[in-house]
Amino acid sequence: MGKINVIFDKCKGCGLCENACPQKIIQIQKDKINSHGYFTAVCINDDKCVGCAMCAVMCPECAITVERQVQK
Amino acid sequence: MSVVFRKPDSMADVNTHYCPGCTHGIVHRLICEIIDEMGIEGDTIGICPVGCSVMAYDYFNCDMIEAPHGRAPAVATGVKRSLPDKFVFTYQGDGDLAAIGTAETIHAAARGENITIIFINNTTYGMTGGQMAPTTLPGQVTQTTPYGRDVEKAGYPVKMCEILAQVDGTALAQRVSVDSPKEVQIAKKAIRKAFQIQRDKKGFSIVEVLSTCPTNWGMSPVESLERLRKECIPYFPLGVYKDITAKENSND
Repeated sequence: MGKINVIFDKCKGCGLCENACPQKIIQIQKDKINSHGYFTAVCINDDKCVGCAMCAVMCPECAITVERQVQK
Repeated sequence: MSVVFRKPDSMADVNTHYCPGCTHGIVHRLICEIIDEMGIEGDTIGICPVGCSVMAYDYFNCDMIEAPHGRAPAVATGVKRSLPDKFVFTYQGDGDLAAIGTAETIHAAARGENITIIFINNTTYGMTGGQMAPTTLPGQVTQTTPYGRDVEKAGYPVKMCEILAQVDGTALAQRVSVDSPKEVQIAKKAIRKAFQIQRDKKGFSIVEVLSTCPTNWGMSPVESLERLRKECIPYFPLGVYKDITAKENSND
């Protein structure tokens, strides 16, 4: 189980996270722009996120924080 | 839930001026991650070039110096010689390192200066609007080669890693890419090795990162990664061209 958190005002909507996501659950939403005028990435299905952090690894803006259930 | 990925501490919490999808940001983050992992934020001095990354000093929390065009290795030489205990890295683009700064780069390598160069190769002059660079591929359309780069008139691309691997003072010459999460991890390992070589005072290290320029290539960020994979990597093969530590490790 994982969860991503996209910083709204940092995202530039380049789509590299959308391309990298193995679960295909990231999309560039087209109904809201941020303070710089970009559409931003959102996770459309939190339940399917595995917390692999591939989106964050490819994000050029460091706009994605990833949380994951870590087994002890 | 615990946080498994977040912005490195040595990276400033600001929005970058780079175009959407520009891979400069990925390489900035990799350098900051290495600085954090090695715990050397207070002991690192970065040298900025001229080019798109001219304002990189705003994005690193370590000390940064701005160098004249192409002269980052010369500035780094001075800093490293006066402060030999500090980590000194330069962050240069292909117009800076492979065009106007060729002499500085090759002579810094020939002297075996104990510095690290991170070389971003996106096969074009990004900041000035996409003119032909020394690394522009044959046939590539740019502002100054509207019919594609003609090798009979404009010559062939310069392969800096291959050139620098021939120089005795070079300790590490490696070419990496940032087109996929896997390649990003390889790039991170290469940058870590470059900093370790500098820590062990073994000599000059250069990591060439094949990068994209969606704006000047006229493509979407995802299409640019595709072009990087299909056109740039076959011309600029990835791999380790020289690594003096590999020999030592194999003798063990």
